[in-house]
Amino acid sequence: MSKRNRLTKYANAAPSVQRRLCRQICPPPDNRFQSVALLLLGALLGALAMLFLAPKSGKATRRRLKEQAGNLAGKLKTKRPAATQKSGLSRISNWGNYPQTEVKVYEFEDIATLRKIVTGTNNIIARGNGRCYGDSALAANVISSLKYNKFLSFDAQQGIIRCQAGVLLSELLDVVVPQGWFLPVTPGTKKITVGGAIASDVHGKSQHKAGNFSDHVVAFDLMLGDGSVVTCSKEENPELYWTTCGGMGLTGVVLHATLRLLPVETAYFKQESIKAKNLQELMDLFEESESWPYSVAWIDCMTRGKNMGRGILMRGRHARVSDLEKPAQRQNPLRLKSKMGLNVPFFMPGFVLNPLSMKIFNTLYFHRQRARQVTSVVDYNAFFYPLDIISNWNRIYGKRGFTQYQFILPKESSRQGMQEILQKIVDRGMVSFLAVLKLYGKQHGYLPFAMEGYSLALDFPIVDGLFEFLDELDQIVLAYGGRLYLTKDVRMGRDMFMQSYPNAEKFINHLKQINQNFKFRSYQSDRIGITQ
Amino acid sequence: MSHVLILGAASDMAQALAYKFAAEGFDITLAARNSGRLADVAPDLEIRHGISAGVAEFDALGFAGHADFYTNLPHPPDVVICVFGYLGTQETAQSNFAEAKKIIDTNYTGAVSILNIVANDFEQRGSGTIIGISSVAGDRGRQSNYLYGSAKAAFTAYLSGLRNRLAKKNVHVLTVKPGFVRTKMTAGMPLPGPVTAKPSRVAADVFAAFQKQRNVVYTMRIWQLIMLLIRHIPEPIFKRLNL
Repeated sequence: MSKRNRLTKYANAAPSVQRRLCRQICPPPDNRFQSVALLLLGALLGALAMLFLAPKSGKATRRRLKEQAGNLAGKLKTKRPAATQKSGLSRISNWGNYPQTEVKVYEFEDIATLRKIVTGTNNIIARGNGRCYGDSALAANVISSLKYNKFLSFDAQQGIIRCQAGVLLSELLDVVVPQGWFLPVTPGTKKITVGGAIASDVHGKSQHKAGNFSDHVVAFDLMLGDGSVVTCSKEENPELYWTTCGGMGLTGVVLHATLRLLPVETAYFKQESIKAKNLQELMDLFEESESWPYSVAWIDCMTRGKNMGRGILMRGRHARVSDLEKPAQRQNPLRLKSKMGLNVPFFMPGFVLNPLSMKIFNTLYFHRQRARQVTSVVDYNAFFYPLDIISNWNRIYGKRGFTQYQFILPKESSRQGMQEILQKIVDRGMVSFLAVLKLYGKQHGYLPFAMEGYSLALDFPIVDGLFEFLDELDQIVLAYGGRLYLTKDVRMGRDMFMQSYPNAEKFINHLKQINQNFKFRSYQSDRIGITQ
Repeated sequence: MSHVLILGAASDMAQALAYKFAAEGFDITLAARNSGRLADVAPDLEIRHGISAGVAEFDALGFAGHADFYTNLPHPPDVVICVFGYLGTQETAQSNFAEAKKIIDTNYTGAVSILNIVANDFEQRGSGTIIGISSVAGDRGRQSNYLYGSAKAAFTAYLSGLRNRLAKKNVHVLTVKPGFVRTKMTAGMPLPGPVTAKPSRVAADVFAAFQKQRNVVYTMRIWQLIMLLIRHIPEPIFKRLNL
């Protein structure tokens, strides 16, 4: 249709139709780019404000800025060695960029190679795409599954797919979505491997309805410490199955997995975003939305008083073809156009994320949505993986890295407990850039993170005094009967783990029989006392 | 649907080419020695890209079997990519003729043996594309790898002649000259980052050149300039250099 025709049609249409046509003629800008722009604007304003509005600290900041610029220039001149080649060690860290470790990395493309590595090496842990935040997938010897990444079979009629453990969820979606299938459970990034998803028993916006990743795993093959390969499912070797799901890689190396998929009509989601003035209102909204298959909330945790914990709840469901508004979407409801991604090419200097810039970003983000409630149709990337569009977004936290403090509290004590923790964060002036709240249901397995209750995930840049502060938060979490998510954890002590995970003792006893002499162990499992 | 035959399909570069052509909708036959180890690759290609893929046993040095190999292919190819090669060890090859012969036979004689058969078939059919992966090492002999280089130089000349002959028969021949590529073949070698390509980059360049019906391409492009300079260093100077 020519532009003139479209405009004529627009002029003659009813007001409700006009609104829809208006969007077609002049589509609104992409939300994700808007968020990125907001973040950059916030950071810039914050940094400038720090420089010019605070004359006392301004000098120091300016000096720091100068130093950092000098460092950067120096680094560009002297090339950093990617790996210390002589010792055969690689410098790696997981998503939080903390801790930075020098470890030996092994790769394999076939089972025979893996068997040689596993039987000939101690202190090993399997690692996928390194998207756990801390040290769960770090040990003296790391076995990378990234090159073991072939699809083995796909039944597009029944929605059953079988692949090697190194396949990324993003690759899996590329294959199954055009055929009308989706992952029943997916976390907030698709850049993780199937093996990692099983070992961490990941969850996402659908946790309260669809449970965890393991609830949709039909079976998997596991290589044990002696090099033997065992098939595990809820019927076959169920003990080993449940010890491995959420077992943080301590039972062995996941080789292949068979997954059950969810049928979908489109690659889009119908989403409602609802603003809440404070934490209590947000929790009411969650409880109202329990019948929605997907829900999650963003929280501005830098506001105090009656606005404390204000945020935006996002709930959604898979869109049907009839929900789609654009003709192009209706024509090809299962295919998405590829969009240009963004990248953070280097570590941002530490001062970019400061209390002021964060406050500006949070305020802008909260008020970006003017109406209380907004309904929209978005594709699955925008719905589940808004941050994946920015490669290496973890670098905005600077060289020292960051950690995510994710805890869960039982539903009964959540309202009080969350309030107390948010208050403490605000009082201390700690900066959490990203805070995500979600209502959970139960989880199976020996080390389940999920319980019926609320989880809050807080991203903190690593600064002096942070870990001491988080130790204090641990005590509150423990007092309310909660626990921390192992996949995000990088600092929890042994006592906290043993006291908060009810089956910890049982898990360790069981693990001793599977993983003899603790051949499989990670820096995390040593730290929290599973393998020490 | 067009069909691509990849000769020497086990290498990293060959696999990258297989995935690139599959992503563009071509059916694939992967031919290699010990083709059993490629058993996982064919279904993976099929599932990822919705094309059909198969595996065939092929030994570049088994000259006698090449004719049978080609006639027994389940599907006559429209594009043949000759990827196999052998870098060898220059120092060993200088004193041990078996090594030298293996370098020459793999990179040159084997390629001539199979591509003669392919060329005749394409000529008769009046269509098809032959893509030969040669090397920048063939542009000028250097002391560090002149055995590999001379075999690749012969292969480059062969492809050039083949192109000349088949151009009148609607058959296209593309010569690819990769510079440094980070693969299993070059693992452990200290390669200069800025002029070293990933296999996926090579595959993308090859596909673009195939679509544009280019005759000779360097990948990465900078190698065209580097080799231009190297070729033009006067011999009295060149012979004194340590290249």
